[in-house]
Amino acid sequence: MSETVGIVIVSHSLDIAKGTADMVRQMVGSEVRVAFCGGNPDGGLGTSVPSIIDAINDAWSAKGVAILVDLGGAETNSEMAVEMLEPARRDHVVVCNAPIVEGAVMAATEAAGGSTLAQVKAVAEELSAD
Amino acid sequence: MSMQAETFKSLVKVAAEQVIASAPELTSLDQAIGDGDHGTNMKRGCEAVLGKLDSISAQPLDEALKMIGKTLVMTVGGASGPLYGSFFLAAGEALSHDKHLPEDLADVFGSAVNAVSARGRSHAGEKTMLDVLVPVLETLKTAAGQPDLIERVRATAKEAVERTAPMLATKGRASFLGARSVGHVDPGARSSCVLVQAVCASLEGGQ
Repeated sequence: MSETVGIVIVSHSLDIAKGTADMVRQMVGSEVRVAFCGGNPDGGLGTSVPSIIDAINDAWSAKGVAILVDLGGAETNSEMAVEMLEPARRDHVVVCNAPIVEGAVMAATEAAGGSTLAQVKAVAEELSAD
Repeated sequence: MSMQAETFKSLVKVAAEQVIASAPELTSLDQAIGDGDHGTNMKRGCEAVLGKLDSISAQPLDEALKMIGKTLVMTVGGASGPLYGSFFLAAGEALSHDKHLPEDLADVFGSAVNAVSARGRSHAGEKTMLDVLVPVLETLKTAAGQPDLIERVRATAKEAVERTAPMLATKGRASFLGARSVGHVDPGARSSCVLVQAVCASLEGGQ
């Protein structure tokens, strides 16, 4: 299997993150590495920087990783997590400005075709364009 | 332990304890215009800082501030984690680069405030913690070296937090409420005020 961009799903709710990952896997099977996380460090609703870092490393691919988030705190924590990665990985991870479910499915479908990280991000973000 | 390290340790302890004590208030403010987790998130972060206080205060000041920042980033669990985390990481970073306390306090605080602004892609006037931090920075600049500096910083923070009530939120979850955010004090501004007041009280007590 040639490398494809990895997908990370970050929601405030673990159930939403898992459900979104299930939908992505149904679309693209195991061609694309998908990781997800949700919940604050105590397991309540929220997001957790260490969990996001772990998810990025789980979904890691030489082609990079695209992150899909739900609400504000998930975005801020994901941006922070990216900055805390080892320097060699930091520049190959992007947070997409896209709705989490549709964005994850679109991004993964694009990734499955062997597209670059920039292409995957652009396709996910078309959903946010007017 | 040096005098400076001892002062720093008690200052961090007082500040963290004050935030923990104000968690119910922060939560109720956040329930009005946010998602209601600011109190519990800040409490979790401050408890983590207290848990590491011995190793934090054993570090040189710049490293100690960075450890506080990193601890908050890793444990808070909401946007306030990266926001407050970036504040302390940037303050520590400034001290690692030829800035010294107390003479460069306004510069160091300014770097920290800029980091919050960049992380949140926000500026003063948007009903956030910056609406306390930016006025406090101004007072630190204008009243630098004055004998009543602490008192003025305290008064600035108190007035600034009240001024967030009539503001319209355009950042964070409160922005979803639009005009309904008006009339409520911002929880992030309130937690910043609690921190600033606690530091002032601790410094006054130590004089």
